[in-house]
Amino acid sequence: MSLEIILRSGLSTGTILLFAAIGEILTELAGIQNLGVEGMMLLGAMAAFKTALATGSPWMGLLAGIAAGGLLSLAHALVTIHFQADQVVSGLSLTFLGTGLALVLGEGLTGQNAPLIPNVTIPLLARIPWLGRIFFADQNLLVYLGYLLIPAAWWYINKTRPGMHLRAVGEKPAAADSLGINVYGVRYLYTFVGGCLAGLAGASISIAISPGWYSNLTTSGQGWIAVALVIFAQWNPLRAALGGYLFGMLRRFMLDLQGPMLLFGLRNPFFYNHNLVFFLQMTPFLLTIIALVWGSASARRQRIGAPGALGTPYVRGERG
Amino acid sequence: MTNSPQEQINAVEMRDIVLRFPGVLANDHVNFTLRHGEIHALLGENGAGKSTLMNILAGLYKPESGTIRINGERVVFNSPRDAISRGIGMVHQHFMLVPTQTVTENILLGLDKPGFLMRLPRYDQKVADLAEKYGLKVQPDAKIWQLSVGEQQRVEILKTLYRGAEILILDEPTAVLAPQEIQELMDTLRLMVRQGKSIVFISHKLNEVKQVADRLTVLRKGKVTADGINLEDVDKETLAELMVGRKVIFQLNKKPHQPGEVVLDVQNVSALNNRGLPALKNISFQLRKGEILGIAGIAGNGQSELAEVITGLRSCQGKILINCQDVANQSPKRAIDQGTAHIPEDRTGVGTAPGMALTGNMIMKSYDRAPISQKWRISYTAAREFAKNLKEKYDIQAPSLSTQVNKLSGGNLQKVILAREISCGPKLIVAVQPTRGLDVGAIEGIQNLLLEQRDNDAAVLLISEELDELLDLADRIAVIFEGEIVGEFPTAEADLKTIGLMMTGELRRQE
Amino acid sequence: MSAPYRLRIQKRTEEVPRWLPMATSIGAIILAFLISGLILTIIGGDPIRTFRYFFNAAFGSWGALSDVVVKATPLLLIGLGCGLAFRMRLWNIGAEGQFYIGAFFASLVPLVPLVDMQTTPKFIILLMMALLGMLGGGLYGLIPGWLKAKFNVSEIISTLMLNYVAVFWNNYWIYSEFSDAGFQMTPMFAKSAWLPRLADYAREVKAFSGITLHLGVVFGIIAAIIIWIIMTRSRWGYEINLIGDNPQAARYAGIDITRNIILVFMLSGALAGLAGMSEVSGVVHRLQERISTNYGFSGVIVAWLAKLNPFATILVSFLFGALIVAGREIQPSGLYFFIQGTILFLVISSDVLLRYKFELVRAASEE
Repeated sequence: MSLEIILRSGLSTGTILLFAAIGEILTELAGIQNLGVEGMMLLGAMAAFKTALATGSPWMGLLAGIAAGGLLSLAHALVTIHFQADQVVSGLSLTFLGTGLALVLGEGLTGQNAPLIPNVTIPLLARIPWLGRIFFADQNLLVYLGYLLIPAAWWYINKTRPGMHLRAVGEKPAAADSLGINVYGVRYLYTFVGGCLAGLAGASISIAISPGWYSNLTTSGQGWIAVALVIFAQWNPLRAALGGYLFGMLRRFMLDLQGPMLLFGLRNPFFYNHNLVFFLQMTPFLLTIIALVWGSASARRQRIGAPGALGTPYVRGERG
Repeated sequence: MTNSPQEQINAVEMRDIVLRFPGVLANDHVNFTLRHGEIHALLGENGAGKSTLMNILAGLYKPESGTIRINGERVVFNSPRDAISRGIGMVHQHFMLVPTQTVTENILLGLDKPGFLMRLPRYDQKVADLAEKYGLKVQPDAKIWQLSVGEQQRVEILKTLYRGAEILILDEPTAVLAPQEIQELMDTLRLMVRQGKSIVFISHKLNEVKQVADRLTVLRKGKVTADGINLEDVDKETLAELMVGRKVIFQLNKKPHQPGEVVLDVQNVSALNNRGLPALKNISFQLRKGEILGIAGIAGNGQSELAEVITGLRSCQGKILINCQDVANQSPKRAIDQGTAHIPEDRTGVGTAPGMALTGNMIMKSYDRAPISQKWRISYTAAREFAKNLKEKYDIQAPSLSTQVNKLSGGNLQKVILAREISCGPKLIVAVQPTRGLDVGAIEGIQNLLLEQRDNDAAVLLISEELDELLDLADRIAVIFEGEIVGEFPTAEADLKTIGLMMTGELRRQE
Repeated sequence: MSAPYRLRIQKRTEEVPRWLPMATSIGAIILAFLISGLILTIIGGDPIRTFRYFFNAAFGSWGALSDVVVKATPLLLIGLGCGLAFRMRLWNIGAEGQFYIGAFFASLVPLVPLVDMQTTPKFIILLMMALLGMLGGGLYGLIPGWLKAKFNVSEIISTLMLNYVAVFWNNYWIYSEFSDAGFQMTPMFAKSAWLPRLADYAREVKAFSGITLHLGVVFGIIAAIIIWIIMTRSRWGYEINLIGDNPQAARYAGIDITRNIILVFMLSGALAGLAGMSEVSGVVHRLQERISTNYGFSGVIVAWLAKLNPFATILVSFLFGALIVAGREIQPSGLYFFIQGTILFLVISSDVLLRYKFELVRAASEE
């Protein structure tokens, strides 16, 4: 068990969560809650894998994965924005729908090998002692994309004009509408972007970071963890990324715990009784709950909160 | 429509405007003309269609038929953006500001400049300059939730001016201001008119309208009853009649009444608001049975929090004794058990369950007592009987007992709340803005009801932003400012100027 | 160029016609099947043959019908529990986990064993199992309920996370302590721990042979009646409805919201736990790794489709039971999930019809 490997692995698997979480942050900042992320991720993973297999190009696969997530999210957008359906139930239904569709169309893909997005080493930066080996050596291309996405997302949301409009729409859509901002349009856009990023997250599993298609075990709940991360991150991309990387590290750590006969000098219980691993597998899920508790307590302290209009459909001229 | 050669080009001409909402004809072939450089008052009761008409002008609604001309040119607005580009700016009754963003950000919202990369400090300066020009004091980098209501209104006005509005519409602007602030606003409006702007001033308050307007138009139930008349030509009584449609006699049956023992005793109460800031600071006062104590003050000075701590919806420090029982920091049930009735500010928020039927709402306070409740069961037969009686007694207009209350009008909704609260024979009534947004008929009914309760020896705590209402109804008035009682006196000794100064904190009378 | 008619969309001001909610649900189901048929065609299947097979597999014989009821039983119990929670706008997506934990607790009776399996009367054993099942599910529902009441933690995520935890928990015990010779299941329960089935009486009534319908369905029907009475006739039901409609008003009326969140979550979990007991005692007769074909999630859809009405839940769970039975043989297996998701999605889309009135009006007749 080495710290270096855990950190490297954390960055790598954390990127998956990061994509999905940042996507959901953008969607929720516009006021729409999309709980269909898990379904969109799985659909994206399947679409990417299948397309890469069929075309021989991982890049086509990547596009397909992104498109799949985006298209499914448009259904959510239509129903919640125009029909004003309940956002929670719509998201849940799309998780089932997306998962089902992914399983149906993904029949027979298990065990196949698709062309993958390559790992890359950044020449100069990889030479930095210790950190360089972790961050910039032999990481998947998508991990580097993640590095760029984090500050870009933060900067876009907080420092640009469209970012300001986005926040206004999610906080008080009536104000934005009265000044000529197209509230429906903004909400559609960011729901779509969020869906695309969820699809990207799925693609990054199946054709990049944890290659392969294992039907619904491909995502095994990561979409939900990403949604929880958004709350924990207080809708801040930087915190979301941190949470994602930490979770990634945790997964690796759990895996490493099972191997050695001796753990920190003591008998390793997981080695001797393999069934104890089940308790280990519970950890990420329990930790997510703890993160949520901490997140809401911290929010109450700082009096930050969810975007004011999150989850509420907007209708122009609704009489108070 | 005849065109005489000398016909002036008006800033705004709306002709034959028709707009329907589900169940109501809001604007019925309305004509409205705004001349250049005038302040034109649009008068009418609540629900008469004034806001609707102006919302059409501001591009928020589209009329079903009719024409709009700006500076003589025919226009069609498909969105607020079109109206803004034509120089129309509207300051709404309920502010359209984003609480978590700054003044400058709110003013810049929706504009193409600043570019992609915002450089806020430069724009902060621009905003400050503009504010200076019109005498509106604001701090550009303050966040909206930190501002007082009056300051927020100034931001709204600045929003329109920044966009080059030549035609300004103000919807009930004085509702949230203290008397002196109203004066300041009037001065600002006159300044703007001198600079060439044209202003529409929507109101239902006759006094204010008389002070500032040049001409006025009166709407009643969607129709125009007086089209652009000059102010000198009418008196108050005629105006009222035009608004309401019958000879309005401002008659309240207020008889002198001797108050009895103390029912509500608030002792050294302090509380925080939702932002965690102090809303009530060591407040103390008493209320006796058979009297109405009016709490005067500008919105946001602790009134809501005061009502909430008394009715058990907010925690506080200190003691609140109702009939000598301390109800502070306990469940609302404790206050209810002591005979407290609460007529809340927010009718659809706290006051009713919008998706539930009339019956369900009526029994909200009595569902756990006989005859409606039988141990663990609810007898809906008894409940319906109860609701039916109340519906008749209070003349609530609704298709049936199983109508969902979110389909009722504002006035009827308030009647449901009143019926429910008063039917329990309360000893203490906490009424917060009970007549807000209602038409004159409903207002009269509710005010008489409160007086009736007082005559029956109930204690009434009346929290209202309408000074006139307090002066008419209350036996004593207390003024609240920033969470403290800064003055308390019998209504007979009330003096408008003094109250105004107290409301803005410039005067404290020692008890 | 303008059409003689145009569509006018208006918010509804009067009440929704009584038949409309059921009609939209039914319409959604039909549409979902049509769409699934389309997908099947696209991937090369034969929809007509598939659906005819569906129908036969589900309704073709008494045996099939009994299978349908058996599958419907856990759906009914879970659907009732979820419906109750949803009335209060508590999104209990954790029925799956509560099901597993309830099954676990109930299984403790024959596995430990908690009482002597040979001498204790069957009735007592089954009663204990049922109570323990409800206790287990109830406690597991308590956790997200408490988290929500105390910390306002999103119950959607906490229940979902706990679903995964419950499966791992069960797996541990199945693989190790209670394992049957190292297989991933426990040994079969003693006969005294089996819920009575119609097949048990095959000797008396020949027609009952092979019919797996068990007592669990009676639990479900009784639960439906009790829930209906609670919701429409009791004080508690009124409080739940009020909280679900407007929590602020409920607080103001003096109702303790925290207590109710926890109580409702516990009851919802208890019903799911009872479903778990019914499944291990009436169907598989042992605790094993997979005892649920996603009953937890299907139960959510059942509840929503039934528009939270207890008696409609009976009907809808029956329908979904038929789907499961027929779907057992259907390739590809993901189709079941897809149909469910589509049905739910269409149902909520169709809710727009309940909120708005769609009318065709003559364009010329507008004033």
